[in-house]
Amino acid sequence: MRGYILRRVLALIPTLIFASLIVFVTIRLMPGNIIDLMLSQNDVSASKQTREQLEAALGLDTPMYVQYFKWLGALVFKGSLGNSLWTNTPVMDEILHRLPITFELGIMALLVSLVVGIPIGVYAALKQDTIGDYILRTFSILALAIPGFWLGTLVMVFPSIWWGWSPSVRFIPFSQDPIGHLLQLALPALILGKAFSAITMRLTRTLMLEVMRQDYIRTAKAKGLSVGTIVMRHALRNALIPVITLVGLQAGALIGGAVILEQIFVIPGMGLLLLEAVGSRDYPTITGVFLVFGVAIVFINLLVDLSYGFLDPKVRNR
Amino acid sequence: MAEITDTSVAIRQASTKRPNAIVGFFARLFREKPLGAAGAVICLIFLFAGVFADLLAPYGYNQIMPINRMKPPSWQFWFGTDNLGRDIFSRILYGARLSVIIGLSAAGLATIISVVLGITTGYLGGKFDMLVQRFVDAWMSFPELVVLIVVVAVVGPGMFPVIGILGCFLGIAGSRIIRSAVLSVREQSYIHAAQSIGGGTQRILWRHILPNVMPPVIVLFTTRVGAVILAEASLSFLGLGVPPPAPSWGGMLTGSSRNYMYLAPWMALAPGICLTLVVFSINMFGDALRDLLDPRMRTHR
Repeated sequence: MRGYILRRVLALIPTLIFASLIVFVTIRLMPGNIIDLMLSQNDVSASKQTREQLEAALGLDTPMYVQYFKWLGALVFKGSLGNSLWTNTPVMDEILHRLPITFELGIMALLVSLVVGIPIGVYAALKQDTIGDYILRTFSILALAIPGFWLGTLVMVFPSIWWGWSPSVRFIPFSQDPIGHLLQLALPALILGKAFSAITMRLTRTLMLEVMRQDYIRTAKAKGLSVGTIVMRHALRNALIPVITLVGLQAGALIGGAVILEQIFVIPGMGLLLLEAVGSRDYPTITGVFLVFGVAIVFINLLVDLSYGFLDPKVRNR
Repeated sequence: MAEITDTSVAIRQASTKRPNAIVGFFARLFREKPLGAAGAVICLIFLFAGVFADLLAPYGYNQIMPINRMKPPSWQFWFGTDNLGRDIFSRILYGARLSVIIGLSAAGLATIISVVLGITTGYLGGKFDMLVQRFVDAWMSFPELVVLIVVVAVVGPGMFPVIGILGCFLGIAGSRIIRSAVLSVREQSYIHAAQSIGGGTQRILWRHILPNVMPPVIVLFTTRVGAVILAEASLSFLGLGVPPPAPSWGGMLTGSSRNYMYLAPWMALAPGICLTLVVFSINMFGDALRDLLDPRMRTHR
């Protein structure tokens, strides 16, 4: 087992180096140079000399491959992602500050999707091909089709018109007001969880239908067990294992959705950081956020694979 | 099993443009999958609206009428007007055109990339397959929207960059689905027969593999159209898609218009409802197509 984990982690390294190289090079090709942006804020008629001084101060005057190896060296040996070109503070600090918020949002959305998706999926499977099943399935396709950013917009606009209430756009830290903090994240988490509830529901339904046709379920029925016992003790346990894989597969979409919802609800997480950095051409921050997202997804998938061993005795003994 | 061969025959005939087979297929769609058929009809309505936006729209998509700023829906302005006094109904129609163009071309590009990658890696296998699969792994280990944001920031917003990026992204991701279909076709005896009579690789891929993986290809294309429309709207919403004043549905919900939605809430409604309706009907239609054409894909979700 330990060897397996080690091999998986080692296999990550080329992927991440390859990806970091691509990001590093491509974002430096962005139109709208950061030097122009900075100079336009301070001094419109900047001479060539100040331009060169600024480039040198930011370390942008050396060839790109030199910049890349410097950056990679700092990452490997000092665990640093470089400094923000605007604030000159370490990118790593900013990311460590913001990552927990996005992580929290993602976990809450995941909980929503499991709590809503699994019971409805089980119900739809037990009532296969009835009106209820059709309605729930149609609703799930509808939930997938509603864009999260539109729902977020509606939530911002309509309650304020009808009741004069709108979600706070001032971020409440957990340390200040834990309940206010969780309530603030609840709305975006519900919206983010909506699409995943639908996906979870559909998968749970398919898997339950498959499991309910198995011989051991028929045996359980023949023994006279109640439907509730059969579902909870026999069927659901076997049906749910692939649902965990889904979590790994959806991690990317979850992060993408979080980026948009953080923008709408002005939540200072990784997504807002990325959008701000893209807007201000802050190369080290963009590279850092991108890389952290990549690492996060790869690790989530690793955890998902490992959790199989704990959950499924068939895999454990192999 | 009879059903599968039936439909694959129907598809092969459809692809050689025999109108009867297409009519027959749609008759089956309406008989067996009424919801999917309803989805197809709504898709056609939007396609029609997009294609004939010039003729149907009462106003231009960027025709600014300062006197009619933020008018609620009425007979004159069906969906109301926005903060610049532009008719939202007209903008929705032109937005449908934009969605149709981007949806079809990016999904088309994605499907071509998926098919080329999928059938070559699936059929040839070996080192080439290994190499491409590791590349696909690396590619897919980053969140889609984040890659899109970074790439659009590099290339600059606009219709063609969005089509190109979405096409490449979804194309590479979708190649897995085609590849797995090819893997099962590859071992069929007619392929071995073609190999043993000395058929060239190109000929086998083109004449024998491709026609037999057409059902998943068609389903993939359909579902991709919905995914592309939604992704384009998200990008435009973030200000990274098709730049204003182009009437992108996502773009209509963003920027300065957000400040006016509190006074003119109808500005927030029409674009979102249209997006939902279109993506919903494409997905319904896609699901029905999948059930009719390719029952194997049912569990892939």
